[in-house]
Amino acid sequence: MANALKTDAGESAKTERLAGRSQQIFFLPEEEENFLYPEAAEVDFEKKATFDAAEMNAREINRKIRALMAEGAGSIRMENPGAKHSVAVGILNRLKLEIAGSLGYFGCGLSDGPVITVTGRVGWSCAENMMSGVVVVEKNAGSTFGAAIRGGDLVCRGDVGGRTGICMKGGTVIVGGRAGAFSAFMMQRGRMVILGDAGINLGDSMYDGTIYVGGKIASLGVDAVPADMTETDIGWLSAKLALYGMEAPNGLENLTKIVAGKQLWNYDSLEPSEKKLVL
Amino acid sequence: MCGLAGLIHRGGTADIGGEMREMLQSLRHRGPDSTGFALYGAGGGAGEYVMRVKLAEQADFARGFGVHEDIRGRREQFESRLKERGAKVAGIDDATEYACRASFSFSGDAKELTAYLEDIPGVEILSLGASLELIKDLGDAGEVCERYGLAGFAGTHAIGHTRMATESDVDIRSAHPYWAYPFSDISVVHNGQLTNYWSFRRALERRGHRFMSNCDSELIAVYVADRMDRGDDLDSAMRRSVGELDGVFTYIVATRDSLGMAKDVMAAKPMVLYEGGDFIAMASEEVAIRSIFPHEIETCDPYEGEVMAWQTH
Repeated sequence: MANALKTDAGESAKTERLAGRSQQIFFLPEEEENFLYPEAAEVDFEKKATFDAAEMNAREINRKIRALMAEGAGSIRMENPGAKHSVAVGILNRLKLEIAGSLGYFGCGLSDGPVITVTGRVGWSCAENMMSGVVVVEKNAGSTFGAAIRGGDLVCRGDVGGRTGICMKGGTVIVGGRAGAFSAFMMQRGRMVILGDAGINLGDSMYDGTIYVGGKIASLGVDAVPADMTETDIGWLSAKLALYGMEAPNGLENLTKIVAGKQLWNYDSLEPSEKKLVL
Repeated sequence: MCGLAGLIHRGGTADIGGEMREMLQSLRHRGPDSTGFALYGAGGGAGEYVMRVKLAEQADFARGFGVHEDIRGRREQFESRLKERGAKVAGIDDATEYACRASFSFSGDAKELTAYLEDIPGVEILSLGASLELIKDLGDAGEVCERYGLAGFAGTHAIGHTRMATESDVDIRSAHPYWAYPFSDISVVHNGQLTNYWSFRRALERRGHRFMSNCDSELIAVYVADRMDRGDDLDSAMRRSVGELDGVFTYIVATRDSLGMAKDVMAAKPMVLYEGGDFIAMASEEVAIRSIFPHEIETCDPYEGEVMAWQTH
């Protein structure tokens, strides 16, 4: 898919490998041995498993998922999650997980690799700290959706609450409906696509990254500024939205693009203690 | 942290005591200090009142053997003062040693009656109204429901609260819901902190309102009641509160025939809402709604600064 994009950034755009200083490690496509954790379970996507979570607590559910992965099940279906908190967290494995129902807080958090579908709604902080993988929520989501994610695609087809993608450091957040106040607050990297309306203070104090909004923006936050859509943006958006069968309400070219104004960047200025040393 | 729950049946009654117990019990992890219920029953005719009264705090029982005698004295004085003011008492039920429920008909000044009864040291009127019954005590929802026999309570709407004490003490006076003294049938539950509590409290005290606790949530009840007394309806009183009250909050208000919720402009505190045709339920977490609706339902989070209200019919 990435190869189909016409980008002028060359290799770095193709692999999402970013330039500059970062603690994050980006692997090239040929470094396949690095794609899995050493302790990851060998799973087969053809091997299916289903379990009923109605009578289980969060710990039992998460252990059940690990036990099924250890047995090699690559396609797991969880029934009756009952909006419980902290379910399907910490999955550092290839896995197709279908959650038939709704989750409470912190669902699908701390994950690296799995492709998760939630047929219901999710509570606060869904997929927080996700490193890679895909989480698709079919209904609505609560606040702090995708807090501090570093990678992967996080999709909500319905409406999301406030502080969506707060402090996100990479990856993509796609919202089919409306997003609440302070979305993309202190965003550092990555992309956020809001196809509906955005609440007040969108992109407040964002360091970097890009926000695309299809509907109305109630207000922009400090140092969040509109920018021009480019061919690169449209190419990326059309490929990304097509993956999830989503469309911009008034066409991709009419999305509003928001980036950091970089007026809050003070990386070169010295701390008072450092100034003393220099002087 | 605190857990809120609210429900309203439109055009019918149900076992709201049992439903609220289930909802609050599933929110127990949000605060186990105390639990409170505001239940709206069928209610009587004009001049018929139900009053819920607290005669002592649980902590008072640690203050010597004489406390039982004191409570009996307060209870007798309560009854005699009620009759003295011309109330025709239908019955006084002792829910616990330190809390009772009085039903009576009365045609005089309810505020004056309340003030006269609260003049008895240690007595606090938890609620007064035609249909409101407000029950709050230390312990979780299961314990409080059991202690006061709330399962099977038939009514149209209810609000409830599980409390994690952050701003004030663990006692019944600081537990939610709050009755909006002296206004019949208005109660409030709240999750959050108000930062302009004292300035508003002083202003409301100057207008003659009484505060029983130092809990910031009580301010919301008194504030909303004060606005409604000045002619606002529930919806506009709540809308005004979103602009005037400062801090982070989500709260639910109930009146005799309606239920409303409001969120602060930052949407800092949670609320999940389910709107069915004849039944609306809301809670801090979806697990509470799931406790009475195990099957898949459509739920959503109200947005920042949002105010909503529903009528029983």
